[in-house]
Amino acid sequence: MTERAISDLGGLPGGPIDTAEHEPTLSERRVDAMMMLLRSKPRSFWVTDENRRTIEGLEPKTYAESAYYERWVLAMRSLLIEKGVLSEAEVEAKLAEVRARHAETGR
Amino acid sequence: MSTHEHHDHGHSPGHSHAHDHTSFQPDIKEPSEDWEFLEIALRELLIDKGVITAREIQDQIETWEKKSPEGGARVIAKAWTDDDFRRRLLEDGNAAVAEMGFEIEALKLVALENTDTLHHMVVCTLCSCYPRPLLGVPPLWYKSREYRSRAVREPRAVLREFGTDLPETTEVRVVDSTADCRYLVIPRRPEGSEGMSEAELAALVSRDSMIGTATAFALDGAGRSG
Amino acid sequence: MTGPFQIGAKVRVSQGLPPGHVRTPQFLRGREGEVIRHFGDFPNPERLAYGLSGLPKLHLYQVLFTMDQTWEGDGAYAPGDTVAADIYETWLEPL
Repeated sequence: MTERAISDLGGLPGGPIDTAEHEPTLSERRVDAMMMLLRSKPRSFWVTDENRRTIEGLEPKTYAESAYYERWVLAMRSLLIEKGVLSEAEVEAKLAEVRARHAETGR
Repeated sequence: MSTHEHHDHGHSPGHSHAHDHTSFQPDIKEPSEDWEFLEIALRELLIDKGVITAREIQDQIETWEKKSPEGGARVIAKAWTDDDFRRRLLEDGNAAVAEMGFEIEALKLVALENTDTLHHMVVCTLCSCYPRPLLGVPPLWYKSREYRSRAVREPRAVLREFGTDLPETTEVRVVDSTADCRYLVIPRRPEGSEGMSEAELAALVSRDSMIGTATAFALDGAGRSG
Repeated sequence: MTGPFQIGAKVRVSQGLPPGHVRTPQFLRGREGEVIRHFGDFPNPERLAYGLSGLPKLHLYQVLFTMDQTWEGDGAYAPGDTVAADIYETWLEPL
């Protein structure tokens, strides 16, 4: 029996389905929009299959515990670095700056 | 919070020449999830470097906001009233919906017709494949671990959680969207709906009936939840 | 051109061993079903996933399985219920 990919969920046990409507937040819409822009023409930095492969490559714990768009933003980060659009260093630096900025405003 | 956004480094006037100074970055609540910081960081970097613009992101959001299940419902209503269209829709989904102005690129749209002996329920066990051009953004439950894992194994229990009960004489066929096809369920036309206009019929077609976790609304209001 | 399988062909899904990105769900590996639809040929997602060309294209089939075949009674389904999935030709063996 081959091992399952972390995203290969068919037939696994699961709890009740939360059938309520959940409006996407602005952050989620932005991730969705950026994904579309980055993988479509004219940029075409990657294809959907590469996105899936990247998500499947997340740590199992991360996949199991993270929300849908969280997985997408992690994959986006990975692919942007893999494709050389951004560097790891500049992402880390910007992330630190964003955190610091929000800590300062203290809201 | 929108003030905060405009004074971010990535939005200061000295940077992107394509930056639109009109206020189209609406208020956002303070990031609470860790990943939201990453979203901000990546977006600002990409804008700073001229890879994408804030305007493009906003336009893309608005493009997708315009797509909703109402699109799919119009297709269903036409299929119910126009038998030739229904046949064309089943034969070549892309071409048929293109007649109504829906562009589906690259992927293959496949319509699945429900009958009194066959009920389709669509899932993407591997990720979240969904006919977005016709139904808009998928509901959270469609993307959930619970739906993706249980739909293929416990379809009757899952249907019951959506308030849908079908006789055992109806074959429930769970369709796993594993490749380049995107599935649109044609729910059964409600009893007593003969003579209704396409617009009236479209109002009976819920998003969930086009995914297959529900049937179309009955005329007596049965099956409609809050 | 329908590729290697005709509509109605009885097939078994390969167990498969390859690492990397695949679109054949675990729950169908080794299960026997029937080809009910041919969709044409499509770029190979297992190659696309790594930035490769996706060629040669693969024929894609919709294969139908009974719930009993798939779960052997361990599920919440009626006796006549079925599950279908889109499977690439390289994952199907003729019975």
